[in-house]
Amino acid sequence: MTVFRYDKTFEGLLSALFDVYRLKRFPDALLGPGEPPPLFHDGVIEVGTTRERADRAWRGLERKLSPSALACLTYGWLSELPHVDLLLLRYMKKAIDAPSSIELDFGDPVVLEVSNIWKKVNSERHKAMQFLRFQKAADGTYFAAMRPLYNVLSLIVPHLRDRFADQRWLVYDVKREYGYYHDLSSVAEVRFEEKEKHLLSGFLGDDLMAKDEKLFQQLWKTYFNSTCIRERLNPRLHRQNMPARFWKYLPEKR
Amino acid sequence: MNEKVIEKLKILAESAKYDVSCASSGTTRGHRKGQIGSAEGWGICHSFAEDGRCIALLKIMLTNHCMYDCAYCINRRSNDIRRATFSVSELVELTIEFYRRNYIEGLFLSSGVVRNPDYTMERLVRAVKDLRTTHRFNGYIHLKSIPGASPELVREAGLYADRMSVNIEIPNERSLQLLAPEKDFESVFSPMRHIQQGMLQSAEERRKFRHAPRFVPAGQSTQMIVGASPDSDRDILRLSAAFYKRPSMKRVYYSGFVPVNAYDSRLPALRQPPLVRENRLYQADWLLRFYHFQVDEIVDDAYPDLDLEVDPKLAWALRHPECFPVDVNRAPYEMLLRVPGLGVKSAKMILAARRHSRLGSSHLKQIGVVMKKARYFITCRELETRTIQELRPENVRRILTRGKHRPADDGCLLIPFDFTDNPPLRP
Ligand code: SF4
Repeated sequence: MTVFRYDKTFEGLLSALFDVYRLKRFPDALLGPGEPPPLFHDGVIEVGTTRERADRAWRGLERKLSPSALACLTYGWLSELPHVDLLLLRYMKKAIDAPSSIELDFGDPVVLEVSNIWKKVNSERHKAMQFLRFQKAADGTYFAAMRPLYNVLSLIVPHLRDRFADQRWLVYDVKREYGYYHDLSSVAEVRFEEKEKHLLSGFLGDDLMAKDEKLFQQLWKTYFNSTCIRERLNPRLHRQNMPARFWKYLPEKR
Repeated sequence: MNEKVIEKLKILAESAKYDVSCASSGTTRGHRKGQIGSAEGWGICHSFAEDGRCIALLKIMLTNHCMYDCAYCINRRSNDIRRATFSVSELVELTIEFYRRNYIEGLFLSSGVVRNPDYTMERLVRAVKDLRTTHRFNGYIHLKSIPGASPELVREAGLYADRMSVNIEIPNERSLQLLAPEKDFESVFSPMRHIQQGMLQSAEERRKFRHAPRFVPAGQSTQMIVGASPDSDRDILRLSAAFYKRPSMKRVYYSGFVPVNAYDSRLPALRQPPLVRENRLYQADWLLRFYHFQVDEIVDDAYPDLDLEVDPKLAWALRHPECFPVDVNRAPYEMLLRVPGLGVKSAKMILAARRHSRLGSSHLKQIGVVMKKARYFITCRELETRTIQELRPENVRRILTRGKHRPADDGCLLIPFDFTDNPPLRP
């Protein structure tokens, strides 16, 4: 049994792909740092992550795959699903070895699974755009917290940046403890050493809120309730379209 | 902005909510410097009301005072309800503040008729103009045109709105006049024509000058109320099909009649809005728009109403056993689309996948085909199942309608699967 160990970064995974061809071996298992190897194996191969190897592997993929298939790989990675790395490695090797593009070969279980994971992650990305809610702080910054199922925050930044270009904002993933801050000209990834209350709870305290913030939340809630047609109540559809796991951060559902 | 606005918002949202068009799709407009917001290619629903319907836009009336007396409308003159009117500045501030918090994609504005159609239309135009020019609002705007408004005002409105709509409401002119004495088909068709002319003209100008102003880039839509008059689904769908022949008509919405004015004897006594029928109409509408169906294939003089028990595609298939089974490994796209349980996206995936290998039922299942339905209408690699040919249509119907019925959906914009939507990114 062949086992690779790598640093659990996407660049590391691309470096592992490089090693697959360098060593002419394909791993049966991928380990992260410190993970104990399985019982029967023929030595652990340590993958050295380097920019250069990752870039070369990526360029190789670019020759074989369309931009949307490459996006599938990224989305797959961001799913953070267990063993998705091995699946992606298989997909990448297949893509490179095949004489013609594999990306539409949905009869192949690896291709199909990558595509299904893409669908899940893409749907979460969409939900993040739908259900993100900004609260306005006294200093004029707009703050939004969320807990997406997959690590999709980076995927919604281009949209937020376009739409809220004239606002300063911070979007924050409470679960993964990082976010993106937009200062009117650029967006930067941010992490905080000291976690203030709102970074833990996801809500601005009264002391930090803009003067009108409460009123607009109340207006929104009023609108939400008034626009519903009582004769057509459909709680099942309501939950299906807006899963309960998002409610915590929606002013209209609090 | 103060607490009083809460009361107004409540009144004017309740007055506006029966207009069901919910989508905010059709315009893509990136951010421009000095403006607020952008418009996404297809609409984003930011919330869902407890009736399950999409909330994408702040759907609101400028005023719910109305001099007309349409029987099916909650705002009719003779109803004793609370009335309110927004000032333009209140409306603008609400829209922008909601938008900045990512509550909405934009505004859906309508109004009751006050004084006369032009006076009302002028106020609507003033509100959206203010939003666009003074406040530089770049989000989505849907404006409901007032029946009977002058062409000049419609032309002006179209410069600021992404989409305009004029609701036909009742699919038959006699029924319309019975229920809405102040309206006739012409009062609806003529603003529709003005919108279309504006669009065609602007398209023409933009061919010559790239910077010529855009005119309702997301086209127009309309709505029909279902079940307020005795008209059949054939009347409704024929009208829809005729509307869709116009290049500017993007969506027809169907609104199951909610008996808001139960006292009016011209209206049918309904205990429940006809939700299943409404859902079937949306399904038929999808067949018209995406599945290459002609309206006469869906409803005709022999079958003037949609089958409430099965969806219209299945109903068609059961009436046409001679077209089945379809060989998924060979059949052309148009035939795949006709298979019950097989949607546009799975048909496209089949076309792509069968180039690599012959497909069997497990492939089809994974691709997303609803095999429970489709199996009676197809053959694939393992030829075994008993199809509609062996079973006869009536038995297939019996098998497929056994057990519980699925509840009706809302017909709101579905997010289509699109592989090309996303640029490659490396994390
Ligand atoms: S004109 Fe419009 S608002 Fe007035 S009663 Fe008729 S449908 Fe209602």
